[in-house]
Amino acid sequence: MLLEKYTDHINEILSRYPVRRSALLPLLNLAQREDGYVSESAMKEIARILRLTPSQVYEVVTFYTMLNLKPIGKFHIQVCRSLMCALVGSDTLVGWLQARLGIRPRETTPDRLFTLSTVECLASCGTGPMMQVNEEYYEQLTEEKVDRILADLKRDGTCSLKSGPFMFPQPELQQVKR
Amino acid sequence: MPTHELILLKNMSTPGYTGSLADYERAGGYQALRKVLGKIAPADVTEMVKKSGLRGRGGAGFPTGVKWEFLPKDYQGPRYLCCNADESEPGTFKDRQLMERDPHQMLEGIVITCYAIGAEIGYIYIRGEFVLGAQILERALGEARAAGYLGTNILDTGFNLDVWVHRGAGAYICGEETALLESLEGKRGLPRVKPPFPATHGLYNKPTVVNNVETLANLPHILNRGPEWFASIGSPPRSTGTRIFCVSGHVKRPGNYEVPMGITFRELIFDHAGGMRSDKPLKAIIPGGASAAFFTDQHLEVKLDFESVAQAGSMLGSGGVTVMEEGTSMVWAALRLMEFFYHESCGKCTPCREGSSWLVQTLRRIMAKRGRHEDLDTLTELCKNIVGRTICAFGDAEVAPILSTLQYWRHEYEELIEAAEAAELITPEPALARH
Repeated sequence: MLLEKYTDHINEILSRYPVRRSALLPLLNLAQREDGYVSESAMKEIARILRLTPSQVYEVVTFYTMLNLKPIGKFHIQVCRSLMCALVGSDTLVGWLQARLGIRPRETTPDRLFTLSTVECLASCGTGPMMQVNEEYYEQLTEEKVDRILADLKRDGTCSLKSGPFMFPQPELQQVKR
Repeated sequence: MPTHELILLKNMSTPGYTGSLADYERAGGYQALRKVLGKIAPADVTEMVKKSGLRGRGGAGFPTGVKWEFLPKDYQGPRYLCCNADESEPGTFKDRQLMERDPHQMLEGIVITCYAIGAEIGYIYIRGEFVLGAQILERALGEARAAGYLGTNILDTGFNLDVWVHRGAGAYICGEETALLESLEGKRGLPRVKPPFPATHGLYNKPTVVNNVETLANLPHILNRGPEWFASIGSPPRSTGTRIFCVSGHVKRPGNYEVPMGITFRELIFDHAGGMRSDKPLKAIIPGGASAAFFTDQHLEVKLDFESVAQAGSMLGSGGVTVMEEGTSMVWAALRLMEFFYHESCGKCTPCREGSSWLVQTLRRIMAKRGRHEDLDTLTELCKNIVGRTICAFGDAEVAPILSTLQYWRHEYEELIEAAEAAELITPEPALARH
């Protein structure tokens, strides 16, 4: 149960808002972080915490694309397919991933490690093609980088190619002569 | 490259700058706050912002000081500031950089704004995918609280303010200010009917200001160096200051470039972004994010300021400039954007919800060489029935790519349709909207 495990954190979240219901997205994000998806029991518990009906919680969950109603793979790969990324090869990137993972978008590998999705703009248009894996961004992807990321994720659960605090172009290129 | 002064990207362009509070203070950070809090009356701060000519950097370009002034003056009760950090307009990636590289610059702007409008709670509504950005902001808020720039009795002036990060969960429409408020209240992100406007009936029905990240980041500089200084940059009097333009697409050096408003598309694309990535010439430009009408290579001399872009038939929008080279199918480009809008339509207004579905299906059919000539009239007719008939600006936005590509590249649509007719692959009936 969320409330038992995260009592202090949940109370702290509730204290931020004069109206309880505002804590809905924060609690749903917490539930998904815990289980990888928002389960029915989590929705019922959140409804109790916020004094809402389960259907009031459910109608919000179905509106937001990041919230999953079903369990997904350990690594959720989301490739941006919007125009700006498509101009620089996001369809090719999806092709590489399909070939490596043996699945199509909206599918999960039999070992439950990877789920592949295509999504709309992730605000990384200058550094495409790109993908988000769970909470991390990977940008300016090439075939070699994709191979390394998939291998690293399988082996270590993380990959050093993930993006840090974003700045593009890098500072030295941004500097202008006075 | 033309020389100009960086304002918003200056700190982060300094080698070794980490965005920590110590780094920000060393670069002169929080001096504007010290200058303002308890020393300049809130109404005078608003007056200074009005005088600077600062206009919203989120897309609509509404004058910031005027927006603040709409709050009722005699209202006794809570007021709120919501920082719109939902950055979701395809082609736009500047707020992400401002938040992740120099969070205190924007926080100082938030404190100044809250002081000016009399808000004691501020929320930063950040798109759910920006997990790193949210973490960086949380850390910066902690630093600011510890240093006394947030909390109770800030800088011994009696001013109290708390600011919280609120993560979204994936919905483009939550960048629309009233949808943002609905989402922040724990509901589906459906835009509200206006009026009443957020200035009087905003978050929890209380007076509320919603400002974009880049707008807020400008404030410390305006208060530090004066509104006259700010108003002298760019194309005064209507487009003052710099803009961070996000260049994407087929250029050599895509990325964020901060330049004074009023430089031309040619300068931005060829001097700053390095020109085209290959020897193929430029074919099309999207001047201000996915919601802006396309430009052609004939528009390269248009100036990047609010009025010039509007006069040329599009909008400066969120600052996302996407460049496409010769050989890019404009029908395909319009379809890709339309698929985005179809996916993101919130479903509240019928013309947008059903219209986006019809538009996608019609475009897909043309693209698949199964279209017919009447389809072009269908597209135009559908667009006409969406524009101006929805609660928010989403409806106007979704038709812009189609109408502008039909205007400049109608022959590309016709060629695909002629190919269909030649192959006798015309669909017998127009596709119906999905049920």
